[in-house]
Amino acid sequence: MLRYVVRRLMLLVPILLGVSILIFFWVHALPGNPASALLGERATPQLVKQYKERYGLDKPMPVQYWEYLKVTLHGDLGVSIVTRQTVVSEIKRRFPATVELALGAMIFAITFGIPLGFFAAKRYGGVFDHLSLVGSLIGISIPIFVLAIILKYFFSVRWQLLPSVGREDILSGAKHPTNFYILDAIITRNWAALWDTIQHLILPAIALGSIPLAVIMRITRASVLDVQNEDYVRTARAKGLPPRTVDRRHVMRNALLPVATIIGLQTGLLLSGAVLTETVFAWPGMGSWLAQAIFSSDYPALQGGILFLAIVFVLVNLFVDISYAIINPRIRYS
Amino acid sequence: MSVAELEAHQLEHSASTSGLWSEARYRLIRNPGAVVGAFFVSVFVIVALLAPWIAPYGPEVQNLDLLDQGRPVGPTADHWFGIDLLGRDEFSRIVWGARYSLLIGIVSVSIGLSVGLILGGCAGYLGGWVDSTIMRVMDVMLAIPGLLFAIGIVAALQPGLWQVMLAVGVVNIPIFARLLRGSVLAQKENDFVLAARSVGVKKRRILFSHILPNSVSPLIVQGTLAMATAIIDVAALGFLGLGPQDPATPEWGTMLAKVNDYLALAPWLAIIPGVAIVVSVLGFNLIGDGLREALDPKLRSRG
Repeated sequence: MLRYVVRRLMLLVPILLGVSILIFFWVHALPGNPASALLGERATPQLVKQYKERYGLDKPMPVQYWEYLKVTLHGDLGVSIVTRQTVVSEIKRRFPATVELALGAMIFAITFGIPLGFFAAKRYGGVFDHLSLVGSLIGISIPIFVLAIILKYFFSVRWQLLPSVGREDILSGAKHPTNFYILDAIITRNWAALWDTIQHLILPAIALGSIPLAVIMRITRASVLDVQNEDYVRTARAKGLPPRTVDRRHVMRNALLPVATIIGLQTGLLLSGAVLTETVFAWPGMGSWLAQAIFSSDYPALQGGILFLAIVFVLVNLFVDISYAIINPRIRYS
Repeated sequence: MSVAELEAHQLEHSASTSGLWSEARYRLIRNPGAVVGAFFVSVFVIVALLAPWIAPYGPEVQNLDLLDQGRPVGPTADHWFGIDLLGRDEFSRIVWGARYSLLIGIVSVSIGLSVGLILGGCAGYLGGWVDSTIMRVMDVMLAIPGLLFAIGIVAALQPGLWQVMLAVGVVNIPIFARLLRGSVLAQKENDFVLAARSVGVKKRRILFSHILPNSVSPLIVQGTLAMATAIIDVAALGFLGLGPQDPATPEWGTMLAKVNDYLALAPWLAIIPGVAIVVSVLGFNLIGDGLREALDPKLRSRG
């Protein structure tokens, strides 16, 4: 097991190096030269020279890459052109917002996806089963931003039940020591802020959670159908266990293994793919920040942000693989 | 003829009449989901092809007199989908927009499919350092989440219709490459490949006339599903404002981007392009699912 983890961690190195090379060349492919791209068009020649020296842009490409790698590995992702703050501090502020949104979406998807998938499998071939299949297919076919706009229209604009913009009321004034607003509200025992934050989270979480919901439902259904016909389930039934116990202890426990993997992989996707939801709901996370960065040509923000999210994505997937090896004793990675 | 011979004859006969494709076609026609999907996709394709005859107005025809004191107008008998913010007939724009979505889907999937096919085929068949080099590059491409990758490419190429298609195509490359490599690896060990090799058929010929034809069915399934995601991804990039920069272009995602701020004023302008995207995407997803079931040899016997 330990050897497997170590080997997977070592495989991570070439992938991350590859990602960094890709992003390095991407910056060089950006319109204009990197120095003016990173500094903006109105940068003074002296500033450009200073920057070129700092990043060694006057040296040959491999040397430049090496310099870039050194600077990046020291945790220096540059300074955002728009906010004039370091990219690292921007990420520190915005990543918690995306994590909170992704977790909210996942909680929504899991609480509805697993029971729906389970009942669809139990009623295999019935009306509910067919409805669930059609529903999940429609769920996959609705682009997130379309669903987000529709939810926003009905729940915020028309019925005015829920807020549609941001993470908290503008006048809230709540304190945020960790930037995870729900956690902050609990730590500071500010229950009004907690309720406010949860209300703001509901619509974006549903919009972002729609695809994982459909995927989790489908996988749960397929997996329960598989497990249901296994010998050990028949044995458990034959020895007279109540159906509910069979379902809980024998069917679900085994059926949830592939579901757990999917949940992990989808979480990785959500952490990085919330660009659209965040844009519709003006959620101050990584995604809306990067989308804005394109229009303001904030290249340091794009470069650092995309690198950071790619690392998160790879790490989450690695974590999923490893935990799968742990929870599934049938798989022995050698 | 003995009984055994008779049975053998019958077996041979039935095997020759119900080949993979005819059986797949039969299974597809009997699958209600696939039929509905085929219907959606046909409507979508017909609307796209016949747009100039179906749409009552051009996509860019503006008539500010139609606006209600400068505000967009909801659906009426003359304008089925209403009038947009600039006094254009929304129905005509949706119809013309079908052309863009179809073109975008076909071009971007073709890019992903053809490049992925070549890379995956080479990796799987040649093996060795070619395989490791190609697949490591694919791993790196997969390590960057798709939409972000596409956004990065568009940022480098400047926003625009063709750039967006290229970006979505590139994002699709590793998916097809992996699929084909796996398929080629599985085929490579088959007896018919060994037989072809033993009679001295050239490597390239084995790859193109023996292995590739046998890898077609997963590619068709993936290609159909990729059409669905390509339409969504391009609409998403359009929604973010990275699509066609000419505001008159009736691309569905771009149309949605502008109305996000006017939801209270003109909700139908958001809902109608949304529905158009969902219907076309759903059509491709339904066909893709149906094809997967129809072409899956494991499911075929249950027919």
